[in-house]
Amino acid sequence: MLVLRTILIITIMSSALWAGLVQVGSNYHYTTVAEGLDVSLSGDTVFVHPGTYVESGLAISHALTLIGLDNPIIDGNHSGEILTVTADDVIIEGFTFKGSGLSHLDENAAVRFEEANNGRISHNRFEDNFFAIYISKSENVLIENNIISGLAQTESRSGNGIHLWYCKNINISGNSISGHRDGIYLEFVEQCEVTQNHSTENLRYGLHFMFSNHNEYNNNRFDNNGAGVAVMYSRHVDMHNNVFADNWGSAAYGLLLKDIYDSNITDNQFNRNTVGLYSEACNRIQVEGNNFENNGWAVKIMANSMDNVFTHNNFLANTFDIATNSRQNFNTFSQNYWNRYRGYDLDKDGIGDIPFHPVKLFSLLTEKNEPALMLMRSIFVEIMDLAESYIPILTPATLIDAEPLMRINS
Amino acid sequence: MMTLLKIIKYQLHDLLRGKWFIIYTAVFFLLTDGLFRFGGDPGQVSLSLMNVVLFIIPLVSIVFGTMFFYNSREFMELLLSQPISRISLYLGLYLGLALPLSAVYLIGVGVPFMYHAGIQTGSYWILLLVGVSLTWVFTALAFLIAVMSEQRVKGVGMTIVLWLFFAILYDGIILFILFALEDYPLEKLTLILSLFNPIDLGRILMLLQFDIAALMGYTGALFSKFYGNMFGSAVAVFALWTWCAIPVWLGYRAFSKKDF
Repeated sequence: MLVLRTILIITIMSSALWAGLVQVGSNYHYTTVAEGLDVSLSGDTVFVHPGTYVESGLAISHALTLIGLDNPIIDGNHSGEILTVTADDVIIEGFTFKGSGLSHLDENAAVRFEEANNGRISHNRFEDNFFAIYISKSENVLIENNIISGLAQTESRSGNGIHLWYCKNINISGNSISGHRDGIYLEFVEQCEVTQNHSTENLRYGLHFMFSNHNEYNNNRFDNNGAGVAVMYSRHVDMHNNVFADNWGSAAYGLLLKDIYDSNITDNQFNRNTVGLYSEACNRIQVEGNNFENNGWAVKIMANSMDNVFTHNNFLANTFDIATNSRQNFNTFSQNYWNRYRGYDLDKDGIGDIPFHPVKLFSLLTEKNEPALMLMRSIFVEIMDLAESYIPILTPATLIDAEPLMRINS
Repeated sequence: MMTLLKIIKYQLHDLLRGKWFIIYTAVFFLLTDGLFRFGGDPGQVSLSLMNVVLFIIPLVSIVFGTMFFYNSREFMELLLSQPISRISLYLGLYLGLALPLSAVYLIGVGVPFMYHAGIQTGSYWILLLVGVSLTWVFTALAFLIAVMSEQRVKGVGMTIVLWLFFAILYDGIILFILFALEDYPLEKLTLILSLFNPIDLGRILMLLQFDIAALMGYTGALFSKFYGNMFGSAVAVFALWTWCAIPVWLGYRAFSKKDF
């Protein structure tokens, strides 16, 4: 890492022979970042030496490489925005940004890109900011390997970790985000890739996106967030190989889907959530190869969801496998592994000979009458469930897995 | 004290000669071992054993307990002709049955766990605790019934009715009440009602291990307080042992006044 960094700095320094090089530090001519930015010309590199700079309202309006050596701290002292970028080709690397100002009128960020394309924000630390990174109306920006932590107490007095608005082609990777309102928030964003981030202990959602079509989310981990992950009103979303874990509470979901169309949710892990996957008004989603383990409700699917396909998933040790709010079913469940399945396989083709009813009568009862949750796993309830599974009267008779797998998918 | 220990010791000899205990151990042993062999991980095995524990242990303890008491009638009469206090005799009989029954359960479930999974945390210990507690509670109830009723057939019949009531009917009644009074806030009532059934208490202790994610989905503040920390478990364990102490005490009172 260090070697890479040195090489990078050397190449930048050598390129700085013909571009300008500006040094900022207590022992240099320019002692504040603002002065350094002021004198720099387009294409310059500004080096900021170690130290704490109490500055806010910094602005970059031409192409620039801003590099912090040994993590200099820029402390916004909780007033306004720290750094606003309004030009293309800006690189910001190696800083610690602290204390962008809380405001109920402005969305003050530690670093804001406003109509700034082809930029990069990498290897920075963000501590105790209102919003940390805010990108608006920009394209081709890379946000990688930043460590973002906030001290959010209430939703109304905190901002988001990474906030994107009207953007295209943004790559968000390898960041870790905690203690904000939403970890990663995207609205009107297209063709983004969000990978290998870890979003945890945020007040509301680990990841939250709306009206953002054609995006891809893979290999991320979202855990212990106030309400899990929520994605709404989007098409062509690809969620692959993520972990959604440990979201507990009356309104906490591993993954909440609302109005999502034509999307893929594959090979994800849903562990120990109150509700693993919640789907409302979603159509044509392929849910395949996921692991649902130890959730309260593995899947809650509302009757306004249609033509979704659940196949080759594993349902293991969930309190309830599937819950729904209707006797109708317009979705397909096929070839999943259910650890509750008690059928047999006489022809030994790996597929159970009798169908599996994943909706339990008791889960309907608890929907209607919450305190009944107390009777979970009581023998009386088990007998009721057993009777209902043979002669479905209240549970959806067509919501079945006609080909349940006998062995777990690996 | 010495007489108490002597009575317990005699009981152990007597019980271990019978086939009952071997069968009871074998059932638990084979079941636990089998569940592991059919590919369960420790959590899943505990989960499967949970229903067995909640169903079988109360039944065996209460039926076996009354029969045992009736069969010890002559032994009791013999001992009561000696200078032995009634409390030592009653506790001796009670402990002499409850101790080996729970020991047998611990061996039957614990040993397969040891060699399949090593020492586990959490759910495994709760499973053992609940099994032992229910053994003690239902043996106490068995003795109480046997002391109160002279007729064997009536006594055994009563135990089965009592077991059916606690194991199945009680939850049905709770469910009925919950739906009949749907419009009222019921969370306090459900918590209180569950305290009056030892099997429900055992079940809740297990739920806190296995289904906490679902339980936290409940919106009531009292519930999340009850379930969210150790408070709920502590209350349940305390109530279970009260369920053991009260029948023992009532049984002893009846026993000390009983005219043999």
